[in-house]
Amino acid sequence: MSADLPAKNGLAIEFRNVSYSFAEGSDLISHLNLQVQRSETLVLLGRSGSGKTTTLKLINALASPTAGEVVVEGRPTSQWDPIRLRRGIGYVIQDAGLFPHFTVERNIALVPTIENWPADRVRERVMELLQVVGLDASLAARYPRELSGGQRQRVGVARALAADPPILLMDEPFGALDPITRAELQREFLALQRRLEKTVVFVTHDLREALLLGSRIALMEAGKLVAALQPDEFVRSTDPMVKQYLDAFGELPTTNGKRGCA
Amino acid sequence: MNVFQFISQNRTEVLELTLEHLWMVGISTLLAVIVGIPLGILITRRPAFNKPVLGSANIIQTVPSLALFGFLLPVPWIGARAERLAILALTLYALLPLIRNTYAGIKGVDSSVIEAGRGMGMTDRQLLLQVELPLALGVIIAGIRVAAVISVGLATIAAAIGAGGLGEYIFRGLAMVNNQLILAGAVPAAALALLCDVSLGWLEKRLGTKAVVPQS
Repeated sequence: MSADLPAKNGLAIEFRNVSYSFAEGSDLISHLNLQVQRSETLVLLGRSGSGKTTTLKLINALASPTAGEVVVEGRPTSQWDPIRLRRGIGYVIQDAGLFPHFTVERNIALVPTIENWPADRVRERVMELLQVVGLDASLAARYPRELSGGQRQRVGVARALAADPPILLMDEPFGALDPITRAELQREFLALQRRLEKTVVFVTHDLREALLLGSRIALMEAGKLVAALQPDEFVRSTDPMVKQYLDAFGELPTTNGKRGCA
Repeated sequence: MNVFQFISQNRTEVLELTLEHLWMVGISTLLAVIVGIPLGILITRRPAFNKPVLGSANIIQTVPSLALFGFLLPVPWIGARAERLAILALTLYALLPLIRNTYAGIKGVDSSVIEAGRGMGMTDRQLLLQVELPLALGVIIAGIRVAAVISVGLATIAAAIGAGGLGEYIFRGLAMVNNQLILAGAVPAAALALLCDVSLGWLEKRLGTKAVVPQS
């Protein structure tokens, strides 16, 4: 997938009446309709088991819908070669999922390497990315176990950005970090996103994180979409489910400077 | 005359039998690696084969070694020469630790690592060769180590069907009620087992270190 596909109707990802279940019986996702605009950061918010991660996996074909279709860059995922599709989508997961037997450099170089980029270009790209995510070039030769949690997560982001994919999927990327490191990485993510303008789908159960990072927040509950709203609309929403989620978090901090008088 | 005097007086024969022993163990372990590792990989990919494969390997393991040698005697070509028969039997015994450890090693790879690789567009082959096998290597070598050590012990019994090896002395000593002779077979066999254990243990440690999963 090339990075400069024509911006067909400005949609990067679209869920068309998507359901997903393991076997017969209860749906993990039911009748999901959701659109992700190009260059927006859509946050999938919800508690554990609400189907956020599954929704994410439906985008990069780690899961296939049992009904309906997920359209990525104008084509249903069922018609994509899953390998090609995934190489055009950056994927960041909790604890980074770095390869413990690869150095930082090889980890970041993963997609360019399997895409057979020439070695010097790969090397150049790795150095560039270390800088982008705020890591010192001297870390390139280290193994993941020699890094702090925050550094590992930065490497995870760098790895996802390596082949410059237009879409980025992030599954609770900052979930396992201490509050200070998390805040730091959230700030940097915002700055980075302002610069790179990727289409980002970001999974979290943390309302604060959602309000801070999201240009839109999609609240999920029991495999269903409750609402997809901009942060300022979200905090003012009268939807009982949204209210329940807001109440559970109590007093909220300011939201990305966009919050009105709540 | 003590054991060591006996061994030094008969050192050419002891050496010959030791080499015979090593040959049987080496070839059978190699064959078990060639068959066992792919089978171990297969059952991580096709769970349906899991029970039959591990079950059969388990059953073979429970057959007493003398009985297994007996079973294999009528097999054409194999049964024609004691050495072939011994190697086949040892190979069959060595399969279980190899299949099981390959399977357990691959299954033990952190699922988030696999998920990340798959999500980034690695093919199954790339995942296997670049991620799963390297990370499972320590556990697989541990399996080879167990197999080799078991084989050194079992190969002594191969002398009962005339396949040679250090078991020759043990059986001869048993027949002649001569402890020295028994020990002349048992001591080098024990030394061989220790040698296999230590050297493969060292290899396991060396190649397994990189597989340490970072703690979060």
